[in-house]
Amino acid sequence: MTNQPLLEVRDLQTVFELDEGTVRAVDGVSFNVYPGRVLGIVGESGCGKSVTIKSVLRLIEEPGRIANGAIRFRSKILGNSSAEMVDLVQLPAKSAQLRALRGNEIALIPQEPMAAFSPVHTIGNQLMEVIQLHQPVSDGEAKKIAVNRLKEVGVPNPESAIDRYSWELSGGLRQRAMIGMALTCDPLLLIADEPTTAIDVTTQAQVLSLLRKLQQEHQTSIIFITHDLGVIAQLADDVVVMYLGKVMESGPVDQIFHNPQHPYTRALLRSIPTVYTKNRSRLPTISGSIPHPFQKRTGCPFVARCQEALPEQRCANQAPALKAINEHQSVSCFLHGEEVNVS
Amino acid sequence: MTSQTTLSSEVSEKIKDEAFDVAPNWKLVWWRFKKHRLALVSAFVLFGIILIALFPDFFSIQDPNKSSARESFMPPQGISFFHDGSFQVHVKPLKGKRNKTTLKMEWGVDEKRILPLHFFTSGYEYEVFGLFKTDLHLFGIEKPSARNSFHLLGTDRLGRDQWSRLMHGTRVSLSIGLVAVGLSIFLGILLGGISGYYGGWPDLVIQRLIEILQSLPPIPIWMALTAALPRDWTVEQTYFAITLILSLLGWTTLGREVRGRFLSLREEDFVMAAKLSGCSQSRIIFRHMLPTFTSHIIATSTLAIPVMIINETFLSFLGLGLRPPAISWGVLLQEAQNLQSIALAPWLLLPGLAVIFTVLALNILGDGLRDAADPYS
Amino acid sequence: MSAEPTQSTLTNNALISPERLLDVKELKKYFPIRKGVFKSVVGQVRSVDGVTFHLNQGETLGLVGESGCGKTTTSRCLLRAINPTSGEIRYRQADGQLVDVTQLASDQLRPVRREMQMIFQDPFASLNPRMNLLDLVGEPLLVNGVANRKERSDRVADLLRLVGLRPEYMRRFPHAFSGGQRQRIVIARALALNPRLVVADEPVSALDVSVQAQVLNLLLDLQEQLKLTYLFVAHDLSVVRHISDRVAVMYVGRIVEMSPTDELFLAPKHPYTAALLSAVPVADPRIRSKMQPLEGDVPSPSNPPNGCHFHPRCPFATELCRQQAPDLEEVQPNHFVACHRQAELKLSGVSEPT
Repeated sequence: MTNQPLLEVRDLQTVFELDEGTVRAVDGVSFNVYPGRVLGIVGESGCGKSVTIKSVLRLIEEPGRIANGAIRFRSKILGNSSAEMVDLVQLPAKSAQLRALRGNEIALIPQEPMAAFSPVHTIGNQLMEVIQLHQPVSDGEAKKIAVNRLKEVGVPNPESAIDRYSWELSGGLRQRAMIGMALTCDPLLLIADEPTTAIDVTTQAQVLSLLRKLQQEHQTSIIFITHDLGVIAQLADDVVVMYLGKVMESGPVDQIFHNPQHPYTRALLRSIPTVYTKNRSRLPTISGSIPHPFQKRTGCPFVARCQEALPEQRCANQAPALKAINEHQSVSCFLHGEEVNVS
Repeated sequence: MTSQTTLSSEVSEKIKDEAFDVAPNWKLVWWRFKKHRLALVSAFVLFGIILIALFPDFFSIQDPNKSSARESFMPPQGISFFHDGSFQVHVKPLKGKRNKTTLKMEWGVDEKRILPLHFFTSGYEYEVFGLFKTDLHLFGIEKPSARNSFHLLGTDRLGRDQWSRLMHGTRVSLSIGLVAVGLSIFLGILLGGISGYYGGWPDLVIQRLIEILQSLPPIPIWMALTAALPRDWTVEQTYFAITLILSLLGWTTLGREVRGRFLSLREEDFVMAAKLSGCSQSRIIFRHMLPTFTSHIIATSTLAIPVMIINETFLSFLGLGLRPPAISWGVLLQEAQNLQSIALAPWLLLPGLAVIFTVLALNILGDGLRDAADPYS
Repeated sequence: MSAEPTQSTLTNNALISPERLLDVKELKKYFPIRKGVFKSVVGQVRSVDGVTFHLNQGETLGLVGESGCGKTTTSRCLLRAINPTSGEIRYRQADGQLVDVTQLASDQLRPVRREMQMIFQDPFASLNPRMNLLDLVGEPLLVNGVANRKERSDRVADLLRLVGLRPEYMRRFPHAFSGGQRQRIVIARALALNPRLVVADEPVSALDVSVQAQVLNLLLDLQEQLKLTYLFVAHDLSVVRHISDRVAVMYVGRIVEMSPTDELFLAPKHPYTAALLSAVPVADPRIRSKMQPLEGDVPSPSNPPNGCHFHPRCPFATELCRQQAPDLEEVQPNHFVACHRQAELKLSGVSEPT
């Protein structure tokens, strides 16, 4: 990748101080988002993918906090020159800069569009509000923009849909309207938090192809979060695989699926059922279950379930760092890199 | 099977949390409740109040109905701990002098003498639950007399000891609250349960009944009902009648809540699972449905007790509830109703503080229980 | 068909081959829509609208469809967890006797329900949080007459071992277990009475990807060990492909296609099946689908379109499809399709594994 990253997350740590103890929900996560590319973050429950993007959006609330790390964003509004990056972690919470950034340059598509729309305002009113919040336009112009957005995301009869309430729309249309709202200000970065988890598979296919189409037209960067490896394979250019708050592996999508380097990625890909498997065959499994986040951990989070763990408790005692193994791919595992022999 | 080897690897890390894993729900609730300091303090305060309600005579210093015209409107006597530089719990006796012009008794402290205070002394004789007689009291002075009298919270117009009356009033007021709430719970669970579990026409009838009861303005209804009680009823009869009236009107909120719970529980998977595995209806109700919200019922009723206490106090204050010679907080406050008492003997309002403390403690405890029972609501 | 009902049941019974465990005919479940003060019925949600299928002993039938297609309602009707509006559910009991589950009174239902059990989707909701494993798994035993405590705890220990849990866990409460382990508890409970038919309603969809395979393998193992028959309800086609011998696809209350699994995945005959298959995101970036996603949304079962329910979204719909609903017909041995144009359409399924 020759061009400069749009977003650089470095060693991000987000912790939650609960009565039961400190939960390191995100524990040293680093990744880059490049202009015009789709980054998929994939992981199971408790892997910290949602907390990661909440951190990027600076939406972490008490008792959580960003304990460490940098989230550098190449902002057009806040940066003085295009070469300069703004560290979002350094901006005060609830500051005007953050607000200007959210919705304008960074937009979110939430998992539950039903909860994201207000039930007492029409779709049109909410779209126009967002438009007028970020652009100085008249009501009439705002309405025109809103109708165009809805048309663009494939809502049929946008002129009449604009006067309807979110609960009058079907799940698929609602998610389309949400995407339209997220795109109102032509954001540089679109963050999608499991946007297809709550909808059916045929509707999911519609939404995914819509996102693909819009991404190619607008050259928006997308961070796409999901637990579904199929969705990642279909949509992402780059992939980050997370497990219990840490990045296990990251790299281009083809490498991750066809040349996975981390034992977790490999085991996960082997264990998922696909429409290709012969029926009644036994799948290779990953043993055990995901440890509870309260459990104190030293070493690699996957060690208890890993079949390739190194002898003498090495993986259990020491956590491997995320290392680049070639130009594009990074892995955090002692199986890779010279550190294995160094004691 | 691969799964067996799988789980054995987890055993080592699981053993640490053994206590948590085998903890039944009430233990989890208790662990959460313990963290709520204020509620814990309230629980201790209430424990004390309940002790008083159980053994009011033990805490009294004098028969609450013993009147003495010569001792009317005596002010409270403060307790001192040191005398002549040495530790000696005592009170100073009061000296009365009749004002020649107003003909009122004016009380002054007799600084010359002290009355040493003793713990676990003997005083007037009383019966404990009709089981045995004793004259043991928590504290008091030796040989009280007209010259050497001790009234911690002063006396009322008839010269009755305010402290002892407060102790006895606690018994009546608290027990009315508890019994009325107990009856309300019974009615609420029974009718709300029928309504929610069976649905159909019983639900319709009970819901309309609740709506009617809730739409009645409570104060006139209480007034009408209590006014209808025959004047010649004994103290005990009125007492039970009042309790009954309070609970007959008070079960509706709980009834609604129980119904809602049953309605939502009916759709729960684990109730469906119980039904499919052949559980009888009573087992489903008593083993599966009720236990999931007992902690809620406890919390709700804890919050309902103070309402009942206030209601009783209120009724008696208006002279519609209990009447002398019964003693309750409301009766005590009723006696402090007129301007004269407030001006001359403000200590007669002290039962109001007792009401406030008890109600506060119950509310805080109820809040703590509710939070512990369901941390998400 | 004879006019006398008893006569007709007898003749019908004679037609059922002995390997059939369950025969469902024209099953319907309508939920009334009530409105207003007097709760008058203003419409019907045709959740299940004339479903016919059968289950052979020892096989797994996968029932797939999108949300609102009626698959869960169908599965619940089989056990009379909800009462069907009409239709027949004939079940062959262990002693060979045939009963129509829809006609049983509640006391007659008990012995039949011992043979049919259900596994629910959400293992967090289907286990009573106030009971420990001994009580949870032992409850079906207790209420069905195993009163002896020792006997019961021995049996519970066996069951826990069977599903891959340690019997020492018996005193623990559900909150001590992860989702996958809880689903094992649910399975152990379902197996307590030695059922013959297990209805599994989305048993893995609430689980993490890395534990789904464990539970699927366990279900397959148990089926072979205990000769169980499964009705496996799911929305996830990959899971269904993995576990089912035959698959039935539902759309808005009706079965549109039913056939052996491989046949359905490789050569679907209904346009909806084909669309469903192409919509599944393939976990391989080299096979980025060239698919045309289906237009529109799943219609509401309270107001389904006329004719074939699928016609508004179907790229092949004709005037006939708009007016007349096609019947489910056996177009090849064991391959049932409800489509007017099935003979002329050339649809593609998934390609063979590479």
